[in-house]
Amino acid sequence: MFKAIGIAAAFSLAAGAAYAQAPNDAQIAHIAYTAGAVDVAAGKQALTISHNKEVLAFAQEMVRDHTAVNDQALALVKKLGVTPQDNPTSQGLAKGGADKLKTLGALKGAAFDKAYVANEVAYHKTVNGALATVLIPNAKNAELKSLLETGLKLFKEHQMHAEHLAMSVK
Amino acid sequence: MLAGAAIAAVPVCALAAKAPAIYTVTIASMKFGPAPAKLHVGDTIEWVNDDIFVHSATATDKSFDVELKPKVHMWTTFHKAGTYPFACRYHPGMTGTLVVAKSER
Repeated sequence: MFKAIGIAAAFSLAAGAAYAQAPNDAQIAHIAYTAGAVDVAAGKQALTISHNKEVLAFAQEMVRDHTAVNDQALALVKKLGVTPQDNPTSQGLAKGGADKLKTLGALKGAAFDKAYVANEVAYHKTVNGALATVLIPNAKNAELKSLLETGLKLFKEHQMHAEHLAMSVK
Repeated sequence: MLAGAAIAAVPVCALAAKAPAIYTVTIASMKFGPAPAKLHVGDTIEWVNDDIFVHSATATDKSFDVELKPKVHMWTTFHKAGTYPFACRYHPGMTGTLVVAKSER
């Protein structure tokens, strides 16, 4: 089942689940962390494949920025004594990320650059939506909520950067 | 006695001239703080990055391009009057404009 599940579908699971049972803070932390980790992995892959200076700079930014937020997330859950809880949304994200790595890994040169950047635009759009409509509204802890809001600002900037980049890697 | 000696040591022209100023622009929550209103040629901007992310202050005309690692302070001195729109190279929504007036001297 998870083979077919896209990232958007994974998040709509979480949204749908909100009617039955909204994700709790431990699950939200896990989802947010996983979302960041997926993009760090994609960025690291791009750094080994792309030869385009702008794509490489973008990939470095993804690795750097998402690692910074995830480090903060780790410090926060440690401070709050919360153990991030695995859940179907995180699993869907991780699986989607792994599948994408496989697909992109088969590409080279301009084809890779175009596909990587296009995916980054789509991925950031999807995660932005999830942050705004599911994760932030359901977060109970104020510090977690604040960190998620920082995450949303960041994801929006990344989406913008990816969209600009998409115009030049056509 | 000490005060008298200090006054005698200061040249008159130094009292009349306006010393170059340093203005701080702080980045926080993925935004540049407000640009100083009275920036003049010879003044310096101190960029302070209070975020956890690497940012940059990059002029659209490329006249300055400052990489700003988290918690770092960097300085840019303005030698030419003009209007300088700038942005962060990594986060294009982060923008600002500096207006540098001619020297007051």
